[in-house]
Amino acid sequence: MAYLPQTEEEVRAMLAAIGVPDIDSLFASIPSDVRLNRPLQLPPALTELELTQHLEEVASQNQGTHQFTCFLGGGAYDHFIPAVVDFVASRSEFYTSYTPYQPEVSQGNLQVFFEYQTLITQLTGMDVSNASLYDGASALAEAVLMALGSQPGRRRVIVPENVHPEYRTVLATYLRYTSAEIVLVPTPKGIVEPEALSQALDAGSVACVILQQPNFFGCVESAGRISEITHQAGAILIAVVDPISLGMLRRPGDYGADIVVAEGQPLGLPMAWGGPYLGILACRETFLRRLPGRLVGQTVDRRGNRCWVLTLQTREQHIRREKATSNICTNQGLMALRATVYLAAMGPGGLRRVAEACLQKAHRLYRQLIEKTGLKPLFSAPFFKEFALQANSADEVVELLEGAQHEGFFAGLPLGRWYPQYADALLIAVTEKRTEQGMDHLVETLSNLRRRG
Amino acid sequence: MRNRQATQLIFELSQPGTGEEYIPAVNFTEDDIRSFLPAEELATELPPLPEVSEPVLIRHFINLSQQNMSVDTHCYPLGSCTMKYNPKRNDRLAQLPGFQNIHPYQPVETIQGLLKVLYSLQEMLAEIAGMDAVTLQPAAGAHGELTALLIAAAYFRHRGEHRNTVLIPDVAHGTNPASAAMAGFRTVEVKSNAHGLVDLDDLQSKLNHQTAVFMITNPNTLGLFETQIRGIAEMVHGVGGLVYMDGANMNAMMGIVRPGDCGADMMHFNPHKTFSGPHGGGGPGAGPVAVKKDLADFLPVPVIVEKAPGQFALDEDRPLSIGKVRSFYGNIGVLLRTYAYIRTQGAEGLHRVSQRAVLNANYLLSQLRNIIPVPHGSRCLHEFVASALKIKTSRGVSAMDIAKRLLDYGFHAPTVYFPLIVKEALMIEPTETESKATLDALVEALRLIMQEPPELVREAPHTTAISRPDEVQAARKPILKWTPSADGSNG
Repeated sequence: MAYLPQTEEEVRAMLAAIGVPDIDSLFASIPSDVRLNRPLQLPPALTELELTQHLEEVASQNQGTHQFTCFLGGGAYDHFIPAVVDFVASRSEFYTSYTPYQPEVSQGNLQVFFEYQTLITQLTGMDVSNASLYDGASALAEAVLMALGSQPGRRRVIVPENVHPEYRTVLATYLRYTSAEIVLVPTPKGIVEPEALSQALDAGSVACVILQQPNFFGCVESAGRISEITHQAGAILIAVVDPISLGMLRRPGDYGADIVVAEGQPLGLPMAWGGPYLGILACRETFLRRLPGRLVGQTVDRRGNRCWVLTLQTREQHIRREKATSNICTNQGLMALRATVYLAAMGPGGLRRVAEACLQKAHRLYRQLIEKTGLKPLFSAPFFKEFALQANSADEVVELLEGAQHEGFFAGLPLGRWYPQYADALLIAVTEKRTEQGMDHLVETLSNLRRRG
Repeated sequence: MRNRQATQLIFELSQPGTGEEYIPAVNFTEDDIRSFLPAEELATELPPLPEVSEPVLIRHFINLSQQNMSVDTHCYPLGSCTMKYNPKRNDRLAQLPGFQNIHPYQPVETIQGLLKVLYSLQEMLAEIAGMDAVTLQPAAGAHGELTALLIAAAYFRHRGEHRNTVLIPDVAHGTNPASAAMAGFRTVEVKSNAHGLVDLDDLQSKLNHQTAVFMITNPNTLGLFETQIRGIAEMVHGVGGLVYMDGANMNAMMGIVRPGDCGADMMHFNPHKTFSGPHGGGGPGAGPVAVKKDLADFLPVPVIVEKAPGQFALDEDRPLSIGKVRSFYGNIGVLLRTYAYIRTQGAEGLHRVSQRAVLNANYLLSQLRNIIPVPHGSRCLHEFVASALKIKTSRGVSAMDIAKRLLDYGFHAPTVYFPLIVKEALMIEPTETESKATLDALVEALRLIMQEPPELVREAPHTTAISRPDEVQAARKPILKWTPSADGSNG
């Protein structure tokens, strides 16, 4: 096996140097009663050629967005990835290195993470960003733990129903064995209603309010108003954002968010069935000591050169153990690198262009679907790149999606999966990659299906 | 040779007007936008991102890449991290369009190939673990620990038992106590004995009806197999607790010992260590968790099930499940590489991997112990911990100094100052993918370093672009982002 570099002769020489007759002797400390006395039952080994043929065959049994036109969203989006992102991320000096424990031989990674932290603060308008977490949902859970930790007397967490359902599930899982209480606020109009929020924000018990902007239904919230109400009640505002939308929408820092989290997948990460993704977490300076995860700081070396190191590590598990701000060890280094290259490549104008294309195409498709298929808007609130439409029934949603799939479309997400009250609705996402021709074809397909049905 | 211009911060390289156009513009005016979105939600100016042309961008990042040591360029004997070679076939195959271009909410009938691979990976991991059920969802080892502890908490709650304590040996990784705290447990530390193994008397004195879980890393962070593991498991089970095995060090044990056969009830794997997933500069990893039958109902949702032969589905309807620990299903890219690695090795190959990892570590130990003392014995499994205490006392050269000087010799440093019970610790894990010649060169480098003038070693590294950054200053006055006013003051 070419994978192992020792020759048989070298193995013998090494055993002799150690002073044992064979390799098995090196395992003498393992008691016989716990040893496995048979080979593992695994499929036979494959050569690289066989493995390639096997996995190419398996991959061909999947039907991806290279074959289908994708209108699926719900937290993962089919955005364009410039070639430079893949190229830089394929440099093995980046992807086969590890956490920069030795700064002298990790300045590449450290500087990338410092640039990432800066880019995230520029994008969100916040004071500080960490060097990334696992994904958007776990980043939200960590943000809530920060908010709870900073206000020991307040144990309630306000979560509007239009926050991504999986994020809510993850949050509930993280909070199950704490004293915190999740208060779900209904959003019958698709957006958070200021009155409903005010009611939930009773005297002094609420630690934080979560606001997803745009929310799971794609609607754009009145973020400034929500922020005001939240702060009047002395609570912390945690914004969950789509980073692409920040090419156009107000930055959370500009409407007063205290902590911002985001799923970084739209910033140059392949969809890859949901992972690895990138958890973005940024906050106001006051929460700095509560931040989970790695942080990179600027300093000078002994010769006075500017350089970068991991810093404020006394927050972290390897120093503080059970008193750490989180158990997180690694970040998502390679994914943070991808987002860094993506944002640097796009620049402000490029990001704006992506946001505009999403907005314009989404509204074009929305208008045509309503005019030509008779599907109705589920909500009337303004939206960015994703919108919900209502059919006649849950059965019709299934028929439409199956029919469209037959024509080469992943046409949308059936909302009934998470919202029984919207079982007759579907959620459609539009990115800059969708063409007018593709969208027209979808309109025609759905309209034919409805006519036939 | 170093290109100092290219390694300026990307913000300092910014030239407004030089950005590339990657997508076509849409014909849009401010009025059009305002017809769709309320003015008060719109940004009044664009985020102040840098603007660079593509040639500038590429030269910047490629020059930065060259400021890293990596497994592909250097021997990286970073103890506990298993920095083995990452086979390139795995990267190529994980990036096939049929894996990369899959939206997480596609209908299951369009992802049968992927589900088949992941289902098969679950079965292979269960076999390697000696356990019954596996979740692939956790995003990293520490995330796997948290998942397993939440499973334990749910299990006890379901049984109506109130157990609030997790016992953790003093040699454990910091993630163990931190994960236990996040899952709502109180942690109690268990001492090690003179041989570096669990002190059974201390363990016995701390076990009681409050004990939920005993977490153990085996082999432990000293690279020693916990020989008393069966007895320990019996003691923990005797008071009604569960045994969790941190699988960080599985690279020593594949096909030789299975945690499940030692009495462990749950464990996590670190595929980025054991199964050669690239470490990515610090993630992404993955942290699949394997459990015994009694705990299977508590695994996160969804669980991949085989409904009919060759037909796979996602089962969300599991009332006892802890819920979800992240969105979607897991770090699929890492898991595909894991699958590819296990399929290339097969049973015999994995066994040989562990044998060679242990051979390499013992060979290095045999050559080094006369140069730097190794307090815990003359044999190890996949790694061992040397101590620079003697040279620190006699010549004022610390573990960190030795680590830094190794960088000059072209080796990444070992893990230093961990585990905490060894003073001036240098934790060395060569892995199976280093050749004898490389190990000999590492020994020679350390032999030379131990004889070098102390002041030379204390000021190392000498050959890197920077040396001994001021970490105290970094923490005292944190500069965590670039700002225009701080621009280029000493760059």
